[in-house]
Order: sequence, then structure tokens, then C-alpha cells
Amino acid sequence: MAEVATAPEAGQLATADSPQIAGKSPWGLAWRRLRRDRAAIAALIVFVLIVVTSFAAPLYANHIAHTDPFQSNVDGTITQNGKKVSVLQTNALGIGVTPIGPTWHSQYFLGADSQGRDVMARLLYGGRASLLIGIGSALIACLLAAIVGLVAGFFGGLIDSILSRLMDVIWAFPVYLLAICISTVLLVKGLQVGPVGVNPNSLWLPTIIIGVVYVPYVARPIRGQVLSVREKEYVEAAIAQGASNLRLIFSDVLPNVVTVVIVLLPLMIANTILTEAALSFLSIGVRPPNASWGTIIGDGQELLYVRPWVSIAPGIMILLTVLSLNVLGDGVRDALDPRAKLRVEGDGS
Amino acid sequence: MFDSKRRLFALALVGSAVALASGCGSSGSSGSSSGGGGNSSGGSGSHMGGTMKLQATGNPDSLDPAIAYEVESWQNLIMTNDGLTGFKRVGGPDGATLVPDLATAVPQATDGGKTYVFHIQPNVKFSNGEPVVPSDFKHAWERDFLVGSPGTWTLGSIVGASKCTAKACNLSSGVVADDSAMTLTVHLTAPDPEFLDKVALPFSDAVPKSAPNKDIGTNPLPATGPYMFKSYVPGQSITLVRNPQFHQWSKDAQPQGYPNEIVWQLGLQADAEVTNVENGNADWMFEQPPPGRLNEIATQYKSQVHINPLTATYWFFMNVNTPPFNNLKVRQALNYAIDRNATVKLYGGPALAQPTCQVLPPNFPGYEQYCPYTANPAAGGKGAWTAPDMAKAKSLIAASGTKGQNVTVWSETTTLSKSEGEYVVSLLNQLGYHASLKSLDRGVYFDTVDNSSNKAQIGWWDWYQDYPAASDFINTLLSCGAYIPNDDHSNNAAEFCNKSVDSTIKTALSQGATSTAAANQSWAKADQMITDQAPWLPMFNPKNIDFVSKRVGNYQFSPQWLFLLDQAWVQ
Repeated sequence: MAEVATAPEAGQLATADSPQIAGKSPWGLAWRRLRRDRAAIAALIVFVLIVVTSFAAPLYANHIAHTDPFQSNVDGTITQNGKKVSVLQTNALGIGVTPIGPTWHSQYFLGADSQGRDVMARLLYGGRASLLIGIGSALIACLLAAIVGLVAGFFGGLIDSILSRLMDVIWAFPVYLLAICISTVLLVKGLQVGPVGVNPNSLWLPTIIIGVVYVPYVARPIRGQVLSVREKEYVEAAIAQGASNLRLIFSDVLPNVVTVVIVLLPLMIANTILTEAALSFLSIGVRPPNASWGTIIGDGQELLYVRPWVSIAPGIMILLTVLSLNVLGDGVRDALDPRAKLRVEGDGS
Repeated sequence: MFDSKRRLFALALVGSAVALASGCGSSGSSGSSSGGGGNSSGGSGSHMGGTMKLQATGNPDSLDPAIAYEVESWQNLIMTNDGLTGFKRVGGPDGATLVPDLATAVPQATDGGKTYVFHIQPNVKFSNGEPVVPSDFKHAWERDFLVGSPGTWTLGSIVGASKCTAKACNLSSGVVADDSAMTLTVHLTAPDPEFLDKVALPFSDAVPKSAPNKDIGTNPLPATGPYMFKSYVPGQSITLVRNPQFHQWSKDAQPQGYPNEIVWQLGLQADAEVTNVENGNADWMFEQPPPGRLNEIATQYKSQVHINPLTATYWFFMNVNTPPFNNLKVRQALNYAIDRNATVKLYGGPALAQPTCQVLPPNFPGYEQYCPYTANPAAGGKGAWTAPDMAKAKSLIAASGTKGQNVTVWSETTTLSKSEGEYVVSLLNQLGYHASLKSLDRGVYFDTVDNSSNKAQIGWWDWYQDYPAASDFINTLLSCGAYIPNDDHSNNAAEFCNKSVDSTIKTALSQGATSTAAANQSWAKADQMITDQAPWLPMFNPKNIDFVSKRVGNYQFSPQWLFLLDQAWVQ
């Protein structure tokens, strides 16, 4: 009987004829798949560039534009082509005031807003606020959702029912409407929970509000995954060995659920940035004179006919950020769960 | 009257109105002057007919004359309703003249100024055919109290009014209505030289006895004017048509209108309204054109723009009971620091507003120019504002020891209020405070900042006169009685209560019954005392911009009712 040739087993000592194949961890494999997804990498680069330029706002404002983007400059002037020009210009009739348009130079690169402030400098500072709130609220949403999803999915029964119904109640409200309602109520006196208070002017307020309203959107898929993982054999084995609930959650369930969070995180950041922009546009998010992309769009609303760049520029930034996060999110999902893509392709073929 | 155009309007005793285009209007002309002289009133002739198309962003606050307290509402109600007296329905200064309306004449007060006897016009009917009788006015006044009207302050001097509540009101002791003799006798508790002006406001319009003692909502009451409401769909439209029961008994008070139909389209944004007027899809927009479109309409549609002065003041109140503004030095510092030209620029430009340091608007009873808060002030402060004095402001702030405190500036979410608020925030930060802006929707803004429990430190406010009397500004907004703690409707958001000022106000009020000149001197003194105490940060006195379509003719601007809608023609 001829010998059946078999492939060398993983970890088998290498010989001169059969070099050892080093196995990759699941994370390593995922990273390799992500690296090969050019669209996702391009999106990541775009997002990182946006983050870096936004956080370089003070450098731009102080050393390039030489402006304070939070200070009104209604009577200010700049020198253009050797001539002194008002930043806010009145026509000969004394009716109507028009801010200076894009100069495409260091000062007032994108022009001025109705307060005479440099739009480009505010755009970069606005990016900081929008990204901080967007990322912060997404992290809050994911953290709270992970807790809720884990507890509900793992323990089941009455706990699951209560938590699931609570999530259903929150989910029943359109997310924007709920965020607007909560923001309006907390706008006047801020948030006080026991000894912990959040000032109504603080960026933490919109961060917490947006994070809370998005919890159900992450908690549900996490709960679903936990329900699935809980029935696996290795979990049953661990239970049989006498593992405590805490050990089961952190050692067996959580590691298999965290990929869900990682996939959802970029998508959540995109959603929270959009929500922050909407709240700030409605004057119930970031407060003037602080800037965010939403407040700048709101500032430019009355100038759409004469200085459209004031609203268009932050709109483009939101578009690029959300688009890059969505593409990145798709790439991360494909990298972490390639079978999802195969299942989709299999169904389609 | 509150607020920008959305609240009560007051009369303007303005001597002359400024118009972009001069000359009396006819359809398709270059626009009409607001001077009134030579304009036609009382719809007749070839211009009768057509449908006038108007636009507004929001709904009127009410179509109930007992409850309506906004401009948009009153501009409708003057076309549908009538009171005992009225203001002459013409443009220009003459529009501030008090004339008899449903009374046959403006009565003289007797009994030491405490009794008025009105003779009521015979043969006037409500739009449902019921005849108007004197007891309808008594019913209207009692109804004001029962429905919780914001205008009951106009009736406070009537005997018996002090006992009226929302549950019960009987004015029989103060109002004697003789329906057979068609007379209405009103007894006051004390002489009130402003009583005849007060009853010219819609709160005192005649209503039929069938009118329910609650807000009529979208079912307007039968009324006496040349128009009646055909339909009202909130957020969508209001339609007025000719009242078949109307006949013109007084061309001065209630002339026949020109259009056959007047239709309001509601729910539009100001930008869209401008475009509609430009395209001829609408004849007028209620809102002021947004600042971003002013240059366009002023240059490309010059003949369709009319600018008129308003007796109004725009300011930021400073809460004298809340730090840091409980310190006089801080309040005065802000008055020195503010660049009033910048605030005018944010409003729309120097042709549209005039800087001010004081309470009363120019050309108003009791007005004497006064501004100590300027660089190089005139002797005694009796001059105009010229420029800010930042050095003086900073030295006052340093002396106050309040630098570095947190300040929240309140504003409405409207473009103008928010932009002025942002400017004040910037100014406070420049002076060393940590300031931020809090903007609320107009619907809740005033209730919030007016309520002392919210401890609003500094916030946006504006006021348009109800009628030409200094008391309507000073007594209504800055007397001790105007400050009602923990109440949404306290007009005195600055919580200002100064005994010396109050004493001067009382003197002026009592002098008003006997000597207008003496009273005006006292009002001027009160204005200066208040300015020195600086509970306000006055910015400017605004002008009104009306943008009309090309086909609108006979444009007239009344100092009391602004654009006289039904006195313009569209064909």
C-alpha cells in the first residue's frame, strides 16, 4: 500500500525540504485582508489626513492666516492687491453687507462669514470639534451598547426582556428627533447626575446625548452575537468546567463579540458626525463662538446666494469624512468576516 | 410691543419716512413714497380687484382680537375688525392720528378726566349680519379678562377691572352700555390720558356676544371690517375675502380695500420669499429680507424696496441682579465697549438703522438725544454716539474685579438675534470674560429669559411702540412694576427697579393728564437716569424694509400698522 502523502502539520519542525509555515492569528489575517483592500486603505488615508489637518488648526490660524477664528471682525480690513479692503463690505446705498469672498491666499482663503471671521480657520477648528464629538459619542455608544448587549444576551430571561424593551423604546424615536428633544431640554441648565454635572457649554453635552441615542443601534447586533456565541460548544465546555459568569463573559464571549463593535465603530462615527452637524446647525449642539461643521453650515445659510463657500466647504468636509468612514467600515467588515462577503456573493450567483 | 416684526407694532411719530423710490404709486410704477401725501386711500375706481398674495414664515399668534399680540396678526385684524377709535389709515405721519372708528367721534374726557361717553355708529353689522351695539364692547372687554388676554393692561383703569379674573369679570360698575341710545359710557378709576389710544388696539375691537370665552383658534369671529376670514390653515394659508356686510362709514378709520381677495402663504423661509417676490409669484413678504439678499434687492430691484423708520429700539438687557452685571461698572463698561456701527452693519447697513445709547427712539414723545457712552462725548452726554471707547471700558472692568467670569449671552435662533449675540460674545471675550452663546427658538425665548428663575445674565430684546407714548417704553419695560419675579411674562428682563427712576416715572404719568410738555420733560429725565444706570446695552433704532412685487401700487407705510396691505392695489 502506497503511503498517503500528507501536508506538514502546523508547528512541525522544519526540515531542509519542508520549511515551517508560520500561522497567522485571526487579527493578522484580517489586517492582511484589509491591507489588500485598496479602497479601504485610501479611505483610511483620507480620514487620517482630515484628522491631522483639523488638529493642526491652531498652527494654521496662528502662523498662516494670522487670525482668531472665534473673534468677530465686523469692522476689520485686509490688504488685497495693495488696497485696503473691508472684510464686511457695504454697498454705496448703505443697504446690505457682504463678507469678503475667497481670496485663495493665506488670509481669508475661503473668505469671511457674516461676523468677518476667517472661514478656513473656522473650518479646521470646526473639524476638531466635529471629530471629537463624533468619535467620542461613537465610543460612548459602543461602550454602553457592549455592556447592555452582553448582559442582555448572556443572562437572558427577565434581564434580557427589560433591557431589550428599554432599547426598543429608545429605538422607537427617530434618532434625530430624540437627540433634538434631549438637547433642547438640557440646553438651558446642562446635565446633573448626582455629583457629576456637565456644563451646557461643554462639548461633553452633545457627545453624551448623541452617544446615548445611538446605543440601541449597536446593542442589538451585539446582543444577537452574544446569543449566538453563548450556544457554542466551547462556552458549554467552559460552563461544564465550572467557569464563573464573569470569566465566561470576558474570556469566551467578549473576544468573539468585539469584532462586531470594531466593524460598527467607523459606521457609528460617520452617523454621530452627521448627527452632531444637524444639532449644531439647529443651534442645539456646539455653541458659538465655538465652531463645528454644523455651526458653520448654519452661519452660511443666509449667505448662500452671495458667499456659498461658507456652507459648501464644511459640507464637503462632512461628505469626505462620512464617505471615507463608510468605505473604511466596509473594508473592516470584509477583513474581519470575509465569509459575509462570500455568502453575499454565493447568494447572488 | 415686543420683538421684531412678529410682535406688536407701535405707532411712529416719525416726521418723515425714507423711501428708496419716491412718488405716488400706481400699478407697475417705480414704487410709492411712504409720505402719505397724495396717496389714495379707500378702495375705489379702476384699481379695485385682484388677489393680493402675501407670504410669511410662521403663523400669526392668533386671529382672536383678544389674544393676538403680534404684527402679523394685527395686520390682518385691522382689515377685519374695528374698535371705538382707530388710527388714520394712511401712510406717513398722519397715520399716527387718532380718529373715531365705531364711535361717531373721539370723545373728550369729563368728570376730571375719568369718564368717556362714546356714541356708536348706527347700522354697522358684523359679517354674520348681527348689528353692532354698545354692549358688544363691554362684552369684548370682559372677554379679554376671561380668555386671559395679554392686553388687559390696556383696560386696567376701568372701574371694576381690578376685580376681573379669568374666572369671572363684570364691568357693569365701570361700563354702561345703552343699546337703545347707542351710547357707551366708561368710568375710569383715575384720569388716563392714554385711554383712547389703548382702546384703538385690537384688544378692544367689537365682538358679537356669541363669541366664546376662549381662543377661537382657526375659526375667526364675525367682524365688521371690509374683509373677513374665509379660511385659515395653520402652516399653509390664510384667505381673506370681502365682507358683504361692510359699508364704509369712516374713510379715515376703515376705508374700503382695493384687492378682492388677500391670500397669505405660510411656512416659507425668508430666502424663498425674496425669490417669489422677485419673480412676481408673491406681492410682499412679511419677514425682513435676510441680510445676504439685501445687496441684491437694493441694487437689482431698487424700485420695489421701501425703507421707513420705526419707533423701536434693539438692545441687550443686562440682569442687574446676577453677576457680573449686578456691578454698575460692568454694565457701563459694556456700553462704552460696544461698537454700535458694527451692530448696525450686522443688521444690514447704515441705511437701515441708527446707533443709539438710550431707551426712547428718536422723534418720540420725551426723546432728547443722550449718549454718554461714546468716545469724546458731548457736554452732558447730550449728543450722538460716534465710536466705542475700549480703553475706558477696560479700566471699568479692571476696577470691577469681575474679569474672567463666565457669561452666557442669550439670543433667539433668528439670523439677526444670533449674529448680534455672537458679536456680544466676542466683545465680552475681548474684555476678559469667558462668554458663550445660548440660542433659543423665538417661541420659547422670551418666556425663558423673562423668567428670573432662569437667571439669564444678558440677552437680546427689542421693542416696538404700541402707541406714541414714552410710558409704553419706560413704564412698560423698566419700572419696578414691570419686573415680576419668576414669571414668564415679566417685561423687565433686566430686573431693573430703581426708586428714583420710579418716582420720575410716576411724576411723568401724572403730568401726562395735564401738561404734555411737562410730562415729556420728565420722560426725558427718566430716559437719562436709566441710561446712566445702564440696565440695557442699547444698540440701534431700526428701519423697516418692505419688498413688494412690481405690480403693487399705492404703497403706504403707516407709523402704526406698517404696510397698509388692503390700501395697496395689485391691478
